[in-house]
Order: sequence, then structure tokens, then C-alpha cells
Amino acid sequence: MSSSNLLSITTFIYGAAAFFYIAHLVFKKPLLGRLGTWTALFGVAGNVAGIVMRWVESYRLGIGHAPLSNMYESLVFFSGTIIIIYLVVERQYENRIMGAFATPIAFLAMAYASMSPNINDRIQPLVPALKSNWLIAHVITCFLGYAAFAIAFGMSLMYLFRQKDVEGKSSLIARFPKSQVLDELNHQMVMFGFLFLSVGIITGAVWANSAWGSYWSWDPKETWSLITWFIYATLLHARMVRGWYGKRIAYLSIIGFMAVLFTYFGVNLLPGLHSYGSV
Amino acid sequence: MSVKLTVVLLLSIAGTSILGTIVPQNEDPAAYFRAYGEFVYRLFDVLGIFDMYHSWWFQFLLLLLTINIVVCSIDRISATWKIVFVKNPSFNLSRFRNLSQKETFAGNHPPKALGKIYQPIVSKYFGYTRVEQTDQGLCIFAEKWRWTRLGVYAVHLSVILLLLGGLMGSLFGFEGFVNIPEGEKVDSIRIRNTGKIHYLGFEIKCEDFNISFYNNGAPKEYRSRLTIIEKDTPVYQKDIIVNDPLRYKGVNFFQSSYGKMPSNSTFKNETPATDPSGEITLNFTNRKSGASFRIKTVLGKPVDLSEGFGKFVIVEYIKAAEFRGQNIGEAYKGILTPTDGNPLDVLLPLHFPNFDRMRKGALVISVADQEAEAFNFGERSEQRYYTGLQVTKDPGVLVVYAGFIMMIIGCYITFFMSHQRVCIEIIKGKAKSRVIVTGTANKNKMGMQQRVKKLSEKLANL
Repeated sequence: MSSSNLLSITTFIYGAAAFFYIAHLVFKKPLLGRLGTWTALFGVAGNVAGIVMRWVESYRLGIGHAPLSNMYESLVFFSGTIIIIYLVVERQYENRIMGAFATPIAFLAMAYASMSPNINDRIQPLVPALKSNWLIAHVITCFLGYAAFAIAFGMSLMYLFRQKDVEGKSSLIARFPKSQVLDELNHQMVMFGFLFLSVGIITGAVWANSAWGSYWSWDPKETWSLITWFIYATLLHARMVRGWYGKRIAYLSIIGFMAVLFTYFGVNLLPGLHSYGSV
Repeated sequence: MSVKLTVVLLLSIAGTSILGTIVPQNEDPAAYFRAYGEFVYRLFDVLGIFDMYHSWWFQFLLLLLTINIVVCSIDRISATWKIVFVKNPSFNLSRFRNLSQKETFAGNHPPKALGKIYQPIVSKYFGYTRVEQTDQGLCIFAEKWRWTRLGVYAVHLSVILLLLGGLMGSLFGFEGFVNIPEGEKVDSIRIRNTGKIHYLGFEIKCEDFNISFYNNGAPKEYRSRLTIIEKDTPVYQKDIIVNDPLRYKGVNFFQSSYGKMPSNSTFKNETPATDPSGEITLNFTNRKSGASFRIKTVLGKPVDLSEGFGKFVIVEYIKAAEFRGQNIGEAYKGILTPTDGNPLDVLLPLHFPNFDRMRKGALVISVADQEAEAFNFGERSEQRYYTGLQVTKDPGVLVVYAGFIMMIIGCYITFFMSHQRVCIEIIKGKAKSRVIVTGTANKNKMGMQQRVKKLSEKLANL
């Protein structure tokens, strides 16, 4: 079995985990929650095994490199990171309801990687610019940050749902963690993500300086990562200095995650002036 | 108030930055003109949108942000300083007594004996401890990580360092490029954007350039062997590849591009062969009459052609142009707009003056004053390459890197470490003492509650 097959299977396992967590939320059966956790763990094992296999396969092809070099590989890593961070949070807070808002993000990322016709899952050799040890540090730190922001986004959504139904009319929402816990968790995840996003941007800058002699050149990707950084910096200042909490923090966190998504996917869609193409 | 302004500034810098990602930066004026039309072009030009990250208003926003960070930090640091640098930290017992979360258990000894047992344990976790008598017995105060209150100032200082380093780089550094044919040497480079010549003070020679490919045809490695020559003596040699530059006397040479040399023509030394910002002499030949005329122009400046041929403008300089998969070296790309017809793309390779005849247009265009070459691909005896180097000097890099390290450490301290204080009050009872454990932290109060609980359990089980 090739790593691509294994990772495709992992996609379905993540889908099953997301299904169990959502069923747990809806049907209130603890067994479903436990099933969700075990399925997610199983999926992570497949995810990690897939990444390791891909790494080995690249060496067999004679073009050995860490599997962190293109959209497919980064999405696979992103999904695994979301699930791992989520499982740690689940264990610490002893609450499985949050799984219904975290695991679907990982499933969607993985499904997009496996099924989108725009994404190539072949192992490709590294072009000269990517041949650097900074690649690994840069990609790992960026995606740890993105994964934390993804979970913060899930927590913010839960918070907003909860706030819409303060009287607890909906029995579904009544099972969410307390607003205070969601708010705090959102903040914790944003701090974690912000630290790693900072390290990610910094390792990228150091890498750029060793490859092209300029640590910052305002290209769209760099600029968008900075915009994302500014949004989360605003959130942290609003919280720490001006004492914002709750709804406003949740909205900022959601806006921040939209910026993350744009940095990740949207930058490629920006128009260029080179539309007249080649002669 | 100032923090509010900082947030407004952060968001306006973020917001305006988007513009520069939608409008491509530093392109040819002609390309902008065609893409946006006259009005938008002029508006954007005045506002500096085409190089917005270096425009006066964007730099002004950055300056305002810097001033704000400095002012806010100074404003707050004096208060923090007084808290952090005290010899005997003060503890307010009534504050701890008023805390809502309390962990209480019974101790089997009188307060004094318990205090002796507890103090070393508490000290192990918190470092600083102090025992004080109270009206009902005694209490142990403990605290740690008081200095972490300064973490946020480290982050702010790191941002200042980044901006300072950036400023140093733009004032005292340069960014340029140079093409060196194999076996030749140069003593100067050309500055990017302005096109000025910069003398290095030493010579650099390209001994050899090699490119290797993967089986699928993708490039695997570009490698240039470079030698630094001081007063005709080689002093240093290194093979550079992408991601592994040569550094000499604060100047860095990066592998950035390459190209094939036209055979039997020598490269003009000293400077890159073509000056993208300089004058270009164009030769126009009427195919029917054979009459020709010359016009001088620059990149992006349209020329009016006589005899109703319309307009011609050069829109782009290409270092290594391709024609049917062949590298034909340096070329200009132009657009010919006949008076009664659609605009045409025209490629003008510098080394092949007859190239445009293939277009079979009424007017044959070529770049004058270039060493001509017979138009015969694939019959060259041996292929020579030139290496394209990015050349930079940035004395601000160390300051920026110091800022990077400080930012990472500062963020870690600010987010994940807090000034923690606990109070273990031991109240004299008839048979047993009552022990009350409370604690506060300046950040992550939920986490602190957990720690207080754990400490209390530890002490209760002694």
C-alpha cells in the first residue's frame, strides 16, 4: 500500500470520527463520544504512518525530502496537527462536545487534499529554492499555528451559538462547555497559535534571507501572513489591555481564521499583471 | 487611549496592506497603464500604490505604530518596574482572604510546627517564601516569576528592533544584481530598481556554472564557482547554490538566475549587458521600401511611428527569453498598435536583429547597437553560460535577528508564564489547625486555580 492510499483511508477515518463526535453531541450518548476519541486516535496513527511512509518513499525514488513541500503534504500535516491538538485539549478539559467543532475541520482539510483535482498527490523532487533545512522548521511551526487557530475558530463558533441561546432553550447547546471555558480556551489557542505563527514567519524570513538575501520582500504571501499576525495581535491587545472577552474576541478569532485561510489558499487567486502571457 | 490608537494602527496597516497584494508591485508603468486605464493609473501613481510598502503614507503608518509602541510601553513600564524590582515583595493578607476560591483542610499540628513542615515544600515550588504572624496563627506567602511581567516589553522592544534593523538596511545596505559569464570577472553590480552602478571594491569571478536536472526534467541544482579577487590576487573561493550564498566583507552573493551565452559574442563586462532603465535605440525597417529609421526610447515610453504605422512601446525586459523552447538570451517585449488594427506582441531578442522578420509584418523592428549573431539555433560548438547573482548588503540583519529571538522569547514569557502568588494561612484551632490555601496570578487565572488545588492536595497529604 502506498502512502497516498493510506492517507486516503485516513480521510475516511477522520470522517467517521467527525460523525461520531457530532452524533455524540446530538444523541447524548457517552459511548458515541468515546468512539469518536478512539476513531480520531486511530486516524492520527494512520496520518502519522502515512507521512512517515511518504518520507521513506521519497528516498526510494531517490529524491528524498521531508513530506512538507507542497499543498498536498501541508494539508495532510495540517489535518494531523488539528486532531492532535484537539485530542490534547479534550483530555485536559474532559469534554467531548468540542470534537463536533474541531474534527470536521481536519476531515475537510484532508478530504480537500485527497479529492480535489487541483491538488497533486505525487511525490515531486524539491526545486533548488526549497532545498533547505529551514523548510521543515518553517512548515511545521506555521501549521502548528494554523491548527491552533482552526481550533480557536471552532471554539469561537461554539461560543457564539451559546450566546445566542442564553436561556438554554436548545438542549443541544446546553451541553456545550460553559461560555467562560470556551472563551478562555479560544484565548489560549490564539496565544499558542500566535507564538507559532510568529516563529513560522521568522523562520520563513531567515530562510528567505539565506536563499535570496532579503528577509522581507512584501510578496502577497508574506504580506497576508503579516495581516493575519496583525489581526491576532489586535485580539491579544484587546484582551490583555482593554479586557475584551466573549463575543468580540470570538468575532476577532473568526476574522483571524479567515485571514489564515486566505493566506493559505487565497493568495494563489490574486490577479497578476502578466495576463498577456508569453509570446 | 494610546492602546486604542495602536489597535487602530495595527488594523489600518493590515487593511491597507491588502491593496499591495491585489495590485502587483513594481511592475512596468506601461503594463499598469494598460491594466487600469489612465485615470486609475494616475491616481495610484500619485498615491504610490505601485510601490505602496515604500510609499510615504505607509512608512508614516509604520512610524506612528513605532512611536505608539514606545509611548505606551514607557507609559506602563514605570508602574511595572516598581512592582518587579522590590526587595521585599509585599503581600496583602486581606486580598488573599477575599479570594473566592479557597482550598481548606485540617492540619494535625499547631501552626508553628505546620509552618516548619510546609515552608520547604512551598519553597521548592515557588522559590521565594516568607512566614508572617497573623492574629489567628501564621501564614506563608510565596511567589515566583515576578519578572515575567516584563515579558510584554521584550515583545515591544523586539518590534522596535525589527523596524530599526529594516531602517538600517534601507539606509546603509543595497540590493542589486549582476550577470557574470563563465570565466569572466566583474568589479561592480547594478542596484535593483534604480539601475545605478555600484562598485564593490573587489572583483568577483565566475569560474564555472553548472545546472543539473532531475529525471523528470525539473531543475535540481544551480551551482556557480565564484572567486573573490583583491588586487589581482584570488583570496577566497566558494561554490554557491541556492540557499548557500557566498559572503565576503558584508556583501552576500546569492545564486538567483542563469542564462546561456550567445556563442562567439563576448559579454560586455563591468555591467550587466542591458540596462533596463536606460535608453534603447530601436531600428525600424519598412519591408516594402527597405527604408529604415532609428528612434531612441526607454522602457514603457510609447513611440509614434511615421507613415501611419501606429505606436510602439517596449513593455518588458526579459533576461532569458524563450522561442520555441530555445533560450534566445536577452530580449525586449514590445507592443505594436497599428493605426487600424489590434495590438500585437513583438519579441525583440538583443542578439538576433533579424528575428522580427519572421513576423512578416510591414515594419521590421530590431534593437540597434547590439552585437548581431547569425540566426541559427542548435549549431553552436559549445555552450557557455552566465550566472545571475543577487548581490546584497544589509548591516541591519543582525539587529533584525536579535529582534526575532527576542520576540519568540518575549511571546513565550508573555503568554505562558505569569507572576504567581500563593498564601497558606494556618489558623490555630482547639485540636487541629485549619489550613487555607489561596493563590493569584496576573495571567491565566484558570490555570492558577488548578495549581492552588494541587498544592493544597500535596500539603494535605503530608
